Amino acid sequence: MSRAGTRAAPARADDQLRRERWLRVLSPIAALVLGVVAWDLVVRVNVLPPYVLPSPLLVLQTLFADWAILWRALLTTLAITFEGLILALAGGIGLAVLFNQSRAVEYSLYPYAVVLQVTPVVAIAPLLLIYLPQQVAVLACAWIVAFFPVLANTTLGLNSVDRNLLALFSLYGASRWRILVNLKLPAALPHMLGGLKIAGGLSLIGAVVAEIAAGSAGAGSGLAYRIVESGYRLNIPRMFAALILLSATGIAMFIALSALTHLLLRRWHESALVEEG
Amino acid sequence: MAQASAVTVASLRGVAKRFASGTRALGDLNLDVRQGEFLTLLGPSGCGKSTALRILAGLSEASDGVITWPDASARAAGAIGFVFQEPTLMPWANVFDNAYLPFRLAGTSRAQAAARVNAALDGVGLGDFADAYPRELSGGMKMRVSIARALATQPHLLLMDEPFAALDEISRFKLNNDLLALWQQRGTTVVFVTHSVFESVYLSNRIVVMTSRPGRVFAELTVDTPYPRSESFRTSAEYVAHCRRASQALVGAMAAGESA
Ligand SMILES: Nc1ncnc2c1ncn2[C@@H]1O[C@H](COP(=O)(O)OP(=O)(O)OP(=O)(O)O)[C@@H](O)[C@H]1O
Ligand SMILES: [Mg+2]
Repeated sequence: MSRAGTRAAPARADDQLRRERWLRVLSPIAALVLGVVAWDLVVRVNVLPPYVLPSPLLVLQTLFADWAILWRALLTTLAITFEGLILALAGGIGLAVLFNQSRAVEYSLYPYAVVLQVTPVVAIAPLLLIYLPQQVAVLACAWIVAFFPVLANTTLGLNSVDRNLLALFSLYGASRWRILVNLKLPAALPHMLGGLKIAGGLSLIGAVVAEIAAGSAGAGSGLAYRIVESGYRLNIPRMFAALILLSATGIAMFIALSALTHLLLRRWHESALVEEG
Repeated sequence: MAQASAVTVASLRGVAKRFASGTRALGDLNLDVRQGEFLTLLGPSGCGKSTALRILAGLSEASDGVITWPDASARAAGAIGFVFQEPTLMPWANVFDNAYLPFRLAGTSRAQAAARVNAALDGVGLGDFADAYPRELSGGMKMRVSIARALATQPHLLLMDEPFAALDEISRFKLNNDLLALWQQRGTTVVFVTHSVFESVYLSNRIVVMTSRPGRVFAELTVDTPYPRSESFRTSAEYVAHCRRASQALVGAMAAGESA
């Protein structure tokens, strides 16, 4: 009896793990299906016209029908978001390193980085649109909202280096550059990636906010502009279709950055540790 | 060769340390480290042994007193090896890269250093773990990597802060013997911190017993048993007598610290 028991136990644990994994994948899908069905029912039962609430099917049809417009808009928004993110990464890490090297620079500039962060970007966007070409203004908005989490987290990471490791480096006569490259930056990497994950979502938000503030048509008008435009024309199905694309972009970005984090940290960081079965 | 000479490597005079928190870790510490000796600082927990070692290495500033180095090259970059009380490994680097660190910082290429790094890892029984990451090691194994890292460069002065505290008795005895062999072979000067009376007697020429906060020298004992010392020394009457003396000094030191 005891032999059977010991042999069955791991198998049962395995089963449970597998069931857990399926549950995690299937539950949100089931919730989505239920939500869409409920949405469809509401539209059918109340006989709602499409300009009040389009049915899910109509939204899907619009997505395909307007694909040419939406695809171009999506590419525009994606490009701005990525550029904003890259600039945020460069600016955030660059500033954090600068702050880390010089107290004086940190004390003089950090407060203004905070000011930039706490001032709502919706309020800054119109001003930027006056002074900068539209493309650049949109990019600047994406950058403003996205760079701060990178800066704040990288600064924290650079400052939370193990004191004894720092002592060891100085004992072996390491230069400032060596300490930065071989000690501080690797130690800050997990924090940096945490900041990047937040910045990804924020960059998209910044781009969208700026586009909405810009509000004027142009060759390079993105998804947010299409949403505003559809609103004016009461083209509600297209509004929904563009919104779905925006969400999908955000989700894809989050998944991509999570994967990147996992890839870079899986060998050594506690956060990537797989629980022992 | 493995004998303490009259030459002083470093001397501490009236060294005191007061932390920003107000804690007085050291008060009026006088200590000479002599060329080629195996010196042990023995004292109760919190008496300032780690603090004294850090000040000696120049990792921490004394609040008072002077530290003199007759031969300035003895404290040049890479001349001092330090084993911290914690393993202090880079979690993002594997075992080899951690032990290779001192060479990398000295500008030695990986290929040039590989033989010495691997020899040092073999010496602490971790030759097979060169590719493992610190997170995959036990506490004792991490500590051994840290020891290998300090030994690999063959420093002139080796400062070790309770390096074997996390190890089982067998490994500790083995590393005790390895350390003594290395010390005899190379004529390194060792300053060793421990709170184990037995370990201090087995290893050292000289034991400095410190009082608890603020840390001062309470007593100084010489262990004149010649090297090489082997396992039979651990069971000898001589060893027991030395241990008794050291224990009594430690008890006295703790009482002196409390009254201070
Ligand atoms: N960075 C610090 N800031 C404030 N107080 C400190 C600091 N480091 C050590 N101390 C204090 O100094 C005293 C001596 O500490 P130290 O680490 O030197 O003790 P120790 O003899 O090495 O003890 P143990 O055997 O437990 O390692 C302690 O009371 C400790 O609280
Ligand atoms: Mg200590």
